[in-house]
Parts: sequence; structure tokens; C-alpha cells
Amino acid sequence: MSHGYLSPTGLEIAFVLIGLVTLGSGLLVVTVKNLVHAALWLLVCMGSIAVEYLLLTAELLAWIQVLIYAGAIIVLFLFGLMLTRAPIGPTEELNVRHRWPALIVGLGAAGTLVTVIVQAYQHTWFDPRGAVPLGSGEALGTQLFKYWVLPFEVLSVLLLAALVGAIVLSRRGRDTEEAEA
Amino acid sequence: MANMDHWVINGFDTHIPWWFLLTVIKGVALFAMLVVLTLFNIWFERRVVSWMQMRIGPNRVGPQGLLQSLADGVKLALKEDIVPENADKPVFWLAPVLSAIPAFLAFAVIPWGPEVSIFGHRTTLQLVDLPIGVLYILAVSSVGIYGIVLAGWSSGSTYPLLGGIRSSAQMISYEIAMGLSFAGVFLYAGTMSTSGIVAAQEQTWYILPLCISGIIYIIAMVGETNRAPFDLPEAEGELVGGFHTEYTSLKFALFFLAEYINLVTVSSLAITMFFGGWRAPWPLSLWSGANQGWYPMIWFLVKLLIFVFVFIWLRGTLPRLRYDQFMKLGWKVLIPVSLVWLLLVAVIRQLKNVGDMDQAHLIPICLGAAALFVLVLVALEVRERNQVSRDRRSRDAAELAREEDLEGLGGGFPVPPMPGQQRAAITPRPLRTPILAVTANGHTPAEEASDGRQ
Repeated sequence: MSHGYLSPTGLEIAFVLIGLVTLGSGLLVVTVKNLVHAALWLLVCMGSIAVEYLLLTAELLAWIQVLIYAGAIIVLFLFGLMLTRAPIGPTEELNVRHRWPALIVGLGAAGTLVTVIVQAYQHTWFDPRGAVPLGSGEALGTQLFKYWVLPFEVLSVLLLAALVGAIVLSRRGRDTEEAEA
Repeated sequence: MANMDHWVINGFDTHIPWWFLLTVIKGVALFAMLVVLTLFNIWFERRVVSWMQMRIGPNRVGPQGLLQSLADGVKLALKEDIVPENADKPVFWLAPVLSAIPAFLAFAVIPWGPEVSIFGHRTTLQLVDLPIGVLYILAVSSVGIYGIVLAGWSSGSTYPLLGGIRSSAQMISYEIAMGLSFAGVFLYAGTMSTSGIVAAQEQTWYILPLCISGIIYIIAMVGETNRAPFDLPEAEGELVGGFHTEYTSLKFALFFLAEYINLVTVSSLAITMFFGGWRAPWPLSLWSGANQGWYPMIWFLVKLLIFVFVFIWLRGTLPRLRYDQFMKLGWKVLIPVSLVWLLLVAVIRQLKNVGDMDQAHLIPICLGAAALFVLVLVALEVRERNQVSRDRRSRDAAELAREEDLEGLGGGFPVPPMPGQQRAAITPRPLRTPILAVTANGHTPAEEASDGRQ
């Protein structure tokens, strides 16, 4: 079976098209003037990444992506926006002064990631049918809890520390008030 | 050439594969069934609530008023579609769609029955059998939240916004408890596929070994569907209509549809996870034919109607919770309880898996866990009461300060008197246009001033 860039399969075409959707919606997130619309474009971005996972047959990962990122994190964004302020219509003071440095850093990070991934998987061909069992819950669980269990646990401790830190920061003001009173 | 894989009409091979046709048939049947169930459930709810409140309820359109919801749907479709001037138009259009579509999608993985024969082809009564079906339902229903949140925001009005905020907080909180209650089922069944879970309940329904998970799921599902007593996002007495205040016509109908389909979806999920899915209940299951062919669909529908009835019963019986009580229930009761319970389930499963488990072990483990649980509950309750009494002391001090504040300018703002508080009488200012005041309500200004004071 021959592989070539000039004779793409339907899967590859779909993958590239959805990648373009992801890129476009990601750009819209940072350019749109309306805060809630930006959050919605982020939703589109996250959703299309989930579709990419599905195309790569990582079924479990795709639905986890929808559940966590699309379903919980952006809802929390919207919740925070609505609790503080979410005006209907554009917000003018959204411009960032450090726009150009940010752009350079962003492009640099993207360039590094693309280079690393291209270098790493340059000679690996992906066979969608053969990869289906790799994306199942069982395979992912085995990988995660057999070979990657230490990074996994370290990450969860990090998240826990961040959670505790957030609670401590938000409660500190109140406790000193009570101590004074 | 006759081909069993393709659809052949009078010897003409259409090249449409049967699996595709069967999927289309099942999909359309499912859609139709959900819509009809919605119409039925609206009527059922109104009749049952009427019966509980000793009224009659809708009984004019069709036999027993069965066509009432159809008539209401037609009426809604014919109403003017109003878009508020302040609304964010594209999102205002998107919200009802986002709310209705996931409601339909989630139902695709619910198994309605075992393998049956349709046009001579064997197929299970389930649209798709994903290996991670339950996770798919959770993911899709979490997308359904956007419908409500965005409806609240895009209306450009205060009450819907408050409803949207409430619903997002509510659904996120209760989704955690819901997911944790599922984890116990995954541990027992060893699979996340809905059909696999039903198959694993051949001997016992999971509501028996996993009763606490089941109860937590049933509470969480009421919170997740925004139904009474947890219907805070659309509390009529507080928020007019909540998130759908500004919606009219078919867009409003879509929200209604989504709510009732969600009701059916979460009930079917409860049946699938804890009540044996399409399996026949105990005395019937002794008959070997009960779990074959099309009969299981009957058991499923009966269980579904029982669940819908319980939903209506709750609505007819319980008053709406206050928002802080609701959040306290979610975060301080449901989530800790399900975490501890999950730990216990995991320990028992592990002991069973290594084959080190019999009744003699099970009882001390359960007793120890129960004792620990009661201890934790008591400790939390004591802490809570200390906190409450501390709060009351500080509140009493604040109240005393307010009561001594006779001017009524507590903290710089004029505030109304507290109950039982005496205020110095304020002499009313004479009206600037006495003649107008007399013509307006037929009293002299002096009369009115004295009326106002007594």
C-alpha cells in the first residue's frame, strides 16, 4: 500500500478541513470583540479538536474532550463572565498593549510544537483501522495506569495543590477580618 | 441477482445496504417515539398534577384531553415570533436549537430491547452501541447546558440572565455527583457501554448492590433536568419564567420539547444503569420468553412511565428549594457521600476480583464503613452547628446595632425598619400641587397624609 501526499484519502481531507476550522475558530477567539462570542468560538475550537480525535480513532479521548473542555470549562467561563459582566455587543477595552510580543511568543510556541511533532512522527504512518483498539477505554486505561501512572499522579497532585491554593487565596481576606473583629 | 445485504425491490437491486436502512428506520422511529412521548408526558403531567391538587385538568381536546398538548403545540407555532430589541440575535436563535438537539442525540445509545427481527434481519433495538455509551450521554447532555445559559444571556434582560447563571451553576454541580454515581456502575459492570451494562444486570439489578449510587443518581437527575423541586432556573415566583422569559412561539416550544425529552432521557438512563434496562421485573422474568423479541420494549416503556410519574409526583409534592439549600445539598451531601461510597465499592470489587471475598468479610467491611460514615456525618453536623451559633451571635450583635440606630440611616443609606423596631415619626412633606392631587384620587392632601401614617 503506497502513501503519498498527492493522493490523500477522505480521512486526510476531513482531518485537514477540520483542522482549518479549529485554526479559524481559534483566531476568532482572540479577535472577536464580544466576550461571550469569543467563549462560543472557543467552544467551536474545542469541539473540532474532539472531532479530530474521533478521526484519529481516539474515541474515549474525544468524548472526554467534549465532556471536560466543551461541557464544563467553557460553561465555567460563561458562568464567570455572566457573574461579572457580559454585555451584549462589543467590548471596546479588550485591546491588549502587548499584542505584538504575545503574537511572537504564540507563533514561536506553535512553531516549536509543529517542529517537534513533525520530527517525531515523520516516518510513522497511521492506519486508522489498526488504531481503533488503541483508542478504546481499556487500552487508554492500561497505558495510563500501567506505564504513565507516575506522571498521572503527579499531575493530579498539582491540580489538587492549585485547588487548595485558590481556596486559601480567596479565604485569606475573610479570615483576617474575623481575627480583627 | 438477489443480494441479502442490499435492499431489493421486485428483483431490482437498489445497492442500499440493509444496515443503513435499518439505522434510518430505527432513527426515525426513535425520533417519532420521543416526540409522541413528549406530547403524552405533557398531558400526563398536567392530568396527574391536577389529580393531586383535586382539579380536573385538560379534558376537552380528544379523548380524556389527550390531544391537548398537540393543540398547544399548534397554537405556539401560530404565535408571533418576537425577538427582543436588546437581544444578541444569532445567539438568541442558536440557544433553543442547542438545547433541543443534544436532548435527541443523547437517546441514541439507550437500548430499548434485545435482538429482534425487522424485515427478516436481526438487529438490536438500539440506534448505536458505542463502547463508551454512558460517557457519550454525559458529554452530550453537558453540551445541552449551553442552550439554557445562552438563552439566558442573549435575551438581554435581567431575569433570564439570572436564570441562565443559576442553571449553569446547578448543572455543573449536579453533573459531578451524577458522574460519580455512574463510576460505581462501571466498576461493577466492567464496561461503559449501555448494552453491556444491561447485559451485566442479568442476575440482579444494580439498584440492589449499588443502592446509594442509585439514590444519588435519582436526586442528581432531577437537578440536571431543572425539574421541581430543583427548578430554580425557571422559578416562576422569583424569575418570571427564568431563562425562557423572552422566548415566544416555536423557539419557546423547542425549550419545552428539550425539557421533556431530557426527562425521558435521564429516566431511561436510570433504568439502563440501575433498573435492569429492558429486562423484565422479577415475577415476570421467571417466564423465559419475557426477555426475548419485542416484549422487553413493553417492560422498558412501563418502567419509563413509572419514572415519569415519580418526576410528576415530586413536582406535585415538594416545594422548591432555596438556592443555597440546593447548592449545599449538591456539594456538601451528594458529592462527599458518593466519593466515600465509591471508595467502598472499589474495595469490595477488588476483594471480589482477587477471590478473597465472602460474606464473612463483607459484613465487617460494611459495618466499619457505615460506622466511619456516621462518625463523619456527626462530626460535620457538630461543626455546622458551631458555625451556625457563631454566625447567630455575630448577627445578633449586628441586629442590636441596627435597632439602636433610630435614624434609620444604617451604614449611610436609609433602610426600612426591622420588625419590632420603633422609628421616630417622619412628618410628611406637603404636596407641591394640592389641586392636582385632589382631582387625581378624590382625597384632600391632608386626608391622604393622615391615611399614609396610620
